[in-house]
Amino acid sequence: MFFLDHIWLIPLFPAFGAAMMFFFGRRLQKATVNAICVGAVVVAFLFACFTVVEYTHFAHGTGRPLEKIVYTWLGGNGHLNFLKKDGTTASFNADAGFLLDPLSSIWLLFVTGVGMLIHIYSVGYMAHEGGYYRFFGYMNLFMFSMLTLILANNYMLLFVGWEGVGLCSYLLIGFYFHRKSATDAANKAFIVNRIGDAGFILGALTLSWYLGSFRFTDINALAHSGHFAIGDPVLTIAALLLFVGACGKSAQLPLYVWLPDAMEGPTPVSALIHAATMVTAGVYMVARSNAVFVLAPTAMKTVAIIGALTAVFAASIGLVQNDIKRVLAYSTVSQLGYMFLALGVGAFAAGVFHVFTHAFFKALLFLGAGSVIHAMSGEQDMRNMGDLRGRIPTTYKTMLIATLAIAGIPPLAGFFSKDEILWQAYRSAYGSFPYLWLIGFGTALMTAFYMARLIFLTFYGQPRMSHEVEHHIHESPKSMTGPLVVLAIGSVCAGWLGVPASLGGTNAFGKFLEPVFAQETAASVAPTAPQEPAGEEHRGLEWMLMVLSVVAAVVGGGWAYGYYANAGKGYTEPIAVQAPPLYTALYNKWFVDEAYDYAFTGRRKIGDVRLGAMGAGEASSWFDAKIIDGAVNDVGWVTRAVATLSKWWDKWIIDGPLVNGPAILCRFPLSPIARLFEWGLVQWYALVMVAGLLGFGVYYVWK
Amino acid sequence: MQSHILSIILFTPLVGALILLFVPKENKDAIRWIANIFALGGFLISLPLVPMFWALRFEPGFKFLEGTANNWIPSIGAGYNLGIDGISFLLIMLTTLLGWISILSSWTAIEIRVKEYYVWFLVLQTGMLGVFMALDFFLFFVFWEAMLVPMYLLIGIWGGPNKLYAAIKFFLYTLLGSVLMLLGILFLYFHHHTVTGVFTFHIPALYQTAPLIPFHYAIWLFVAFFIGFAIKVPMFPFHTWLPDAHVEAPTAGSVILAGVLLKMGTYGFVRFSLPFFPQVLTSPATFLNVTIRGWVIGLSLVGIIYGALVSLMQKDMKKLVAYSSVSHLGFCTLGIFVLVPLGLAGSVLQQVNHGISTGALFLIVGILYERRHTREIAEYGGISNVMPLYATITMIMFLSSMGLPGLNGFIGEVTILQGTFAANWRWAVWAAPGIVLAAAYLLWLYQRVFFGTVTNPKNEKLHDLTPREILTFVPLIVMALWIGVYPKPFFQILEQPVNQIVQTIHDKSSANAPVAPVPAPQAAAVVGPKAVGPKIIGPKAAGTNSTVPKASN
Repeated sequence: MFFLDHIWLIPLFPAFGAAMMFFFGRRLQKATVNAICVGAVVVAFLFACFTVVEYTHFAHGTGRPLEKIVYTWLGGNGHLNFLKKDGTTASFNADAGFLLDPLSSIWLLFVTGVGMLIHIYSVGYMAHEGGYYRFFGYMNLFMFSMLTLILANNYMLLFVGWEGVGLCSYLLIGFYFHRKSATDAANKAFIVNRIGDAGFILGALTLSWYLGSFRFTDINALAHSGHFAIGDPVLTIAALLLFVGACGKSAQLPLYVWLPDAMEGPTPVSALIHAATMVTAGVYMVARSNAVFVLAPTAMKTVAIIGALTAVFAASIGLVQNDIKRVLAYSTVSQLGYMFLALGVGAFAAGVFHVFTHAFFKALLFLGAGSVIHAMSGEQDMRNMGDLRGRIPTTYKTMLIATLAIAGIPPLAGFFSKDEILWQAYRSAYGSFPYLWLIGFGTALMTAFYMARLIFLTFYGQPRMSHEVEHHIHESPKSMTGPLVVLAIGSVCAGWLGVPASLGGTNAFGKFLEPVFAQETAASVAPTAPQEPAGEEHRGLEWMLMVLSVVAAVVGGGWAYGYYANAGKGYTEPIAVQAPPLYTALYNKWFVDEAYDYAFTGRRKIGDVRLGAMGAGEASSWFDAKIIDGAVNDVGWVTRAVATLSKWWDKWIIDGPLVNGPAILCRFPLSPIARLFEWGLVQWYALVMVAGLLGFGVYYVWK
Repeated sequence: MQSHILSIILFTPLVGALILLFVPKENKDAIRWIANIFALGGFLISLPLVPMFWALRFEPGFKFLEGTANNWIPSIGAGYNLGIDGISFLLIMLTTLLGWISILSSWTAIEIRVKEYYVWFLVLQTGMLGVFMALDFFLFFVFWEAMLVPMYLLIGIWGGPNKLYAAIKFFLYTLLGSVLMLLGILFLYFHHHTVTGVFTFHIPALYQTAPLIPFHYAIWLFVAFFIGFAIKVPMFPFHTWLPDAHVEAPTAGSVILAGVLLKMGTYGFVRFSLPFFPQVLTSPATFLNVTIRGWVIGLSLVGIIYGALVSLMQKDMKKLVAYSSVSHLGFCTLGIFVLVPLGLAGSVLQQVNHGISTGALFLIVGILYERRHTREIAEYGGISNVMPLYATITMIMFLSSMGLPGLNGFIGEVTILQGTFAANWRWAVWAAPGIVLAAAYLLWLYQRVFFGTVTNPKNEKLHDLTPREILTFVPLIVMALWIGVYPKPFFQILEQPVNQIVQTIHDKSSANAPVAPVPAPQAAAVVGPKAVGPKIIGPKAAGTNSTVPKASN
């Protein structure tokens, strides 16, 4: 039990690497940086392998989760209570606690495994770049966050990883921070993700408010308890809010816009974060919350529809893009759509299976693209490539394998996982959704087309690059091709873990995951889905659908062959020839970015009117300066005006006529008269006295 | 010793200020050293309080009490009474820490009237600590006003180009609030006399009588206190003194202003508005169809979004940070007025967090200002090329401010939001856009200042942080990480007081409710046998005529 008891160490290995880079990175040699950062991920991978092995002994096929609580993170001594929706109190609590079950085991293995390969690849790819230690520090920080995300035992700790990977994504997209486009893309990624994160946090708080806990095991137990009806409105809202978070992180409509731009980052970043691991976090979280989602059919339906629409929407854009990484980015969005389609129709295991296989071939495609770009001296535009297959053979062969895998050619990995999804969409435990299958089928056709287009434009046809570039083309070093080969093996074999029963397999992958999802299906599906889906009688139908999708893959690839296999300079795009307006729309990504800029960010004005956040910001600033602060200043002005008036009143009324007025009156008419009485000449007083006496005498005599 | 620790913490800065008076003003470095020693000393001397308080963290009531009631001016019932609970404890520790950091950060920034600067700063420090410690309303008001003057001078003398306007605006605006509050205090004081026959400003005594004030008086008192505190916080729409004061204040002044002074308002809400006026806060009476509490919450929510939106469009870094404070403090007041222990705990924690992160943000702006003497965002760009360490620290503090989990801001926000859910989930939904916008304005600012290449030749030669500057950030980063990773001790410290406050509110409001239907004579008896003879408020305090219909609305 050593490894299970110390499961919390797994994220700490890369955290240690990141901390070392933070404090000492600048002074370290590249070899030391490699030893620390790549070493940390290798150790994490080995530790993870041993842990999962131990776990399988521990679980014995029951899939019972292992929880390891390290310390109480949120909450005090248990006296911080709040009222739940039903009026009872619950304690506010979230632990730094770790959970291992089949679901997180799978993520743990492929995140550390693929992460390790990409770290090794980066040693070669980043060898000549500045900020070497910074790059590896961020990569290790990412590994820490991702591992926290998948090992967390509650929503809050998951959120630490959730935003942590977002931060690393931001830092790595903006790695070339001198480029405005890179930092713009970084900001876009973080802020769009933040919208999703706001949804996520509200969803998690809703669950806690309703169920009284952030812990997955508690929430699952309550969801299974039968106290909550299917279609419970609060759970539906919570599930939808969580899905908003998943839309942000996993680039689904309408929040997918950041992912294509994220290709501004170094290519290994695109492979690790924006294809294989981080963007699957949304899938993980929804799968992790399956007990809640199952009780919310509306949310499930939303997930399925959004997933299917995203799949076809992104694939359509991918048909005409010229930047090799952008094609892969839209492909990623599209494949993530498949995964959500699977989750939405209740085929959780199938969705997770596709995450697993996709990690191999998509990481391989990105690393292969990186190898191509490396060979092409930084060129990413496929219009300037061509005929590379003989010059970088290992890259070519491995990328071809990945292309066949993603297109769904048997017996490569993508075939099994994608067909499982399409089959489940057609007839899942939750009902039959032929229209979703049809969308998925169409997407499969497009996928084959754009992937084959990528291969033909890059590796076939005539060389279209400049002579100087052509001169420098070289196969990448061993540290880069090594991971490509390993991933190619994975792209071939990963699917064999989940060969369906209809092809004589055992679907070991699904069996392993069953305990995570099965109880739910047993508990809640009964009323809605009476029939057992994958019975013998449907085998013929299942085979037919499989054949159909293989045909789609071949047809899509064949079309692309016809158009691009001999592409020379000035080759034409078939869509541009046959439907120019459609081509314009696709090439400009259906103008979604522009629409968002007008409506939500406000970076573009409609005429003179600015809408969105910046419009609201401008309006608020005006209101603040003119109205609110204006009112304050007006109060000041009025006070001063009153003071001025008072001063005038005081000077000219009170002090004037009322105070100085009498004084002046005294001074001129009154004082000279009064002065006559106060002359000070004694003789004069005597004279007046005598005159007075005389006067009185005369008066009395004459009277 | 233990019984006087609060006084010692309180007066250490003042002693420093007095000693500085005897140092010749030409001797600038000596003044700086003495001021720094006393600032650091003030912080170090507050550290023993931590283990002492920790041992008592679950004890109810105020701790480390000093002085008996009315011992200062017995004739009017004013006393020198100090005492703290978990809420004031955290704010005191924040104050001593930020006080030290601010004074340390001023070393090279202040070149004129150095002596006066440090004297006033240390006086300010004592004033702020006094506000958080006072258990007597008279004493409280003395400190409350006493800290106004030093801040006014700090802005008015050492401020930027428009400093006089800002200083006078700050002073008059907050004074307006203080006057209203003073009237409120006097009402409580005389009401206490009416009920008990005793004149006293002793706060624990007033806790007993204030909730008995009938609603139609209490509502006006509540409003008076509310305006006083709301200006200080500042809450929308009383906030416009803040951007001016911040922009003009010297860096250290901004740090203290944002870090501590704004918390006076929220502290006032927690310490006074809540326990004094439960009858108003829980009243179903409405104004324009919204309850009193609804109005306060509404203003908080508007503040969160509005502050963030205005922040987004600022061209001046300091103004941007100032408006972000309006947004963050909106979260704090939201947490207070949801009247849920969890929300209250989150709010106090968020006040500490805001002090840490926004304090750091002002230091960050100050560092660029000291080098370039401009705060215009457009003047910068590509700074991370020339000042990489500074860029890194800035990123960490920006992330802390925008509430990245694992750092401090998140803990406060999520606790407040969970508390808000328990009161009304719609309020939480309205607060959510603030989280998104915080990322938008901070990251956009970061991009414009730090990313890209250096385009302005004046920025090419900027030197990175000096050891002294690094030292000012280290404690803040450590605190941000600590609260983010292991906030449990903080929650433990807050558990007791927040539960007690919310409990008081519910007790008092429910104790009043059964009183109301009781016939008048008996209800009068409940108020207290001492309430005899001529009274101003007494008969109505019985709550017979006026409160009954309102309470049962």
